[in-house]
Amino acid sequence: MTLESKIPSGPMDKKWSKHKFDLKLVAPANKRKHTILVVGTGLAGASAAATLGELGYNVKAFFFHDSPRRAHSIAAQGGINAAKNYQNDGDSVHRLFYDTVKGGDFRAREANVHRLAEVSVNIIDQCVAQGVPFAREYGGELANRSFGGAQVSRTFYARGQTGQQLLLGAYSSMMRQVDNGKVQLFPRREMLDVVVIDGVARGVVCRNLVTGEFESYAGDAVLLCTGGYGNVFYLSTNAKNCNVTAAWRAVKRGAFFANPCFTQIHPTCIPQSGEYQSKLTLMSESLRNDGRVWVPLRKGDTRSAREIPESERDYFLERRYPSFGNLVPRDVASRASKAVCDEGRGVGPTGLAVYLDFADAIGRDGETTIRQKYGNLFQMYAKITDDNPYEVPMRIYPAVHYTMGGLWVDYNLESTVPGLFVLGEANFSDHGANRLGASALMQGLADGYFIVPYTVGSHIAGRKLDKVTTDHPAFADAERSCREMTTRLLGVQGTRSVDSFHRELGMTLWNNCGMARNDEGLRSARGKIRELRDAFWKDVRVTGKGQELNQTLEHAGRLADFLEFAELLVVDAAERKESCGGHFREEYQTEEGEAMRDDKNFQYVAAWEFKGVGEDPALHKEPLEFEEVHPSQRSYK
Amino acid sequence: MSESINVTLKVWRQSGPGEPGRFETYPLENVSTHASFLEMLDILNQKLTNTGKEPVAFDSDCREGICGSCGLMVDGQAHGPDTETATCQLHMRRFSDGDTITIEPWRARPFPVLKDLVVDRSAFDRIVEAGGYNSINAGNAPDANAILIPKDRAEAAMDAAACIGCGACVAACKNASAMLFVSAKVMHFARLPQGDPERTTRVSRMVAQMDEEGFGSCTNTTECEAACPKGISFSNIVELRREFVRAQVTGRTSR
Repeated sequence: MTLESKIPSGPMDKKWSKHKFDLKLVAPANKRKHTILVVGTGLAGASAAATLGELGYNVKAFFFHDSPRRAHSIAAQGGINAAKNYQNDGDSVHRLFYDTVKGGDFRAREANVHRLAEVSVNIIDQCVAQGVPFAREYGGELANRSFGGAQVSRTFYARGQTGQQLLLGAYSSMMRQVDNGKVQLFPRREMLDVVVIDGVARGVVCRNLVTGEFESYAGDAVLLCTGGYGNVFYLSTNAKNCNVTAAWRAVKRGAFFANPCFTQIHPTCIPQSGEYQSKLTLMSESLRNDGRVWVPLRKGDTRSAREIPESERDYFLERRYPSFGNLVPRDVASRASKAVCDEGRGVGPTGLAVYLDFADAIGRDGETTIRQKYGNLFQMYAKITDDNPYEVPMRIYPAVHYTMGGLWVDYNLESTVPGLFVLGEANFSDHGANRLGASALMQGLADGYFIVPYTVGSHIAGRKLDKVTTDHPAFADAERSCREMTTRLLGVQGTRSVDSFHRELGMTLWNNCGMARNDEGLRSARGKIRELRDAFWKDVRVTGKGQELNQTLEHAGRLADFLEFAELLVVDAAERKESCGGHFREEYQTEEGEAMRDDKNFQYVAAWEFKGVGEDPALHKEPLEFEEVHPSQRSYK
Repeated sequence: MSESINVTLKVWRQSGPGEPGRFETYPLENVSTHASFLEMLDILNQKLTNTGKEPVAFDSDCREGICGSCGLMVDGQAHGPDTETATCQLHMRRFSDGDTITIEPWRARPFPVLKDLVVDRSAFDRIVEAGGYNSINAGNAPDANAILIPKDRAEAAMDAAACIGCGACVAACKNASAMLFVSAKVMHFARLPQGDPERTTRVSRMVAQMDEEGFGSCTNTTECEAACPKGISFSNIVELRREFVRAQVTGRTSR
């Protein structure tokens, strides 16, 4: 099978307009005859469900939380980018496009990124109209701040709760369509299979997490808006229930998984404090606008931060990257922090932390200003660590945060399974090998409000879809396979908890496929993952029954998928023999320790086809062409 | 302060909706004071699993105090003893060696228990469905700076919008009133010019839905504000009443 990206022809800034005209339309009176299944209700899912409902489609929205408002998008703190140029500082659609392609280390698809930058301006308009209370200036206009990887201020924010406010906006629009009878909610449902009939995605099977029943739903298109796979590392900034299950089950039905090795390690997280730790907490990147990152100049310096004089501190980001300073992109900042800790200059009880110091900013702007800007972040830090960051510097360390890889989609956001669309973090298309700060919210909402509503219509209008109901035998088959897996999980009755397997998997990946990777480590990781998967199926203990609310069973099912997916992750990381963005191969670096990309051999999207558990997946390459932004060595010096 | 403590947990166990529940007592030793409250429950669940018992079901997700999933009555206080703190951000350093800690689900008729500490809060979604939105279709919006909003007004809207919908206000209220939740949503919109067109119908419908769900009347004791992990002010309730009366006097009361 060849991958058809379906990038429209014509000049870059006309592609989307042209494509919108070329897409087929569904007449208003016909939209109500079609049902669209939306899985996940974060920014991408809620915005898509709302917009498709507004257009007149019947939408069924599935989510495993008790309310759509709990989706992990809610945790995003810092902001959302848009090329509004309200600050008159030289921003434009082209610059946002350029920054995103460059920030992604030339591994994103240019046409998708340009479209993202184009619709970014509409997103802000839409959100403000919904009532999102963005920060404002005294004159009443919207405020902006700058974020990593950009030299303009284009980030809109609502205190440190931007994701929450944007999600509440999308959620309220979706609830309006629930009110209008166009969207139907299915809470506490976990999607466990995609039903493919005559080669087209026509339904899903969910487990009702309260009753344990398996339920089938038929439709004319399926939208996966199910987020990223960062929790494969166990410890990450992702919410506890984030998982790869929906995406992975789609892979088993023929969707390709693209660039899984592109994982983002965020530089500013609260360091791990003990074995019991269940997750890591992000401190927004916006803090790097005012915080200065440093470590002691000398190894093993055990003095407290305030006792170390200025002359004995190493502000290593400012030293290494004078033009971007503390605002270098995430991958660069994370690696630099790791490097100083590896040299033995890390701080805190574990030595795995660097300082993020606000003393200069407080001295310059006063504590009141800093409190206004970052109050809730400082409070969160204080609650978790019991330190007062107004007085002592924060201690931070990189942690897994976001996954740029995801299901392969074409320009229409359609996967290799026709009728199966993938939105937001769950797809791979816009961030290449590294995502810039404040761009995830932008992408989720772009996909949901402004892209998929057009492209789904073309799928429905363009393909002759027979009427399908859940009486079709494919639904019974899918339900049976879901039921069998549950029975199998409950039947092992071993001795080890699900959590202990998950921690072990996470440790294996963090050590071998984390911030730095090499061939030997990846090879050994693959072996360990296989062993762990075998051990899991022999010795896992899942308590309780299938026909009830059973959180252990939910976790076990998700981990079973992670254990299969993890192997693909290390296979992809081993195959990509170059360093780019969040994927840093120790064998491929410059003398100064910067990432060394290999455009000649690896300027492609690696899309993997599932060939069976434990079998080698098949690699399909989508070559990347750059018409506008010429690939160059990224430099933030 | 000692780095680890021993505690005794009294936890509400209930096998399903409508089933009788009971307290079970579990001793837990050597809990790090740096662990969060939910991590302490993780440790308990690990221990229960290891001995072949069923772990305690509780909702949690982000564990950063923003998603609103978690919510436990800890020694009779919604989200426990700390102010402006969700259960996931409560840490064991707040407790002392030898403490007995009682853990219950939210207690309110509109929030039926599904299992152990997990409750059904979909009543909140139905209240939002009843007008907790601005009617604006994607693609219709004017330029974001077309309507200027004074900073203090935007900040006041944000203060109300910060609600995470956890339900602590209901759990803390002896009448199980949802007034703080409803007032936060109503006032978020009422303070913004974009909320004006539907200001009247919104408050009428949301309050009607709140009543229909079976939430009780406000007690004016402000326990809700004290329990709120996001510091949503009781003054929203005062303003909600004004909005409601205004709607009754001046506007349509139904769609």
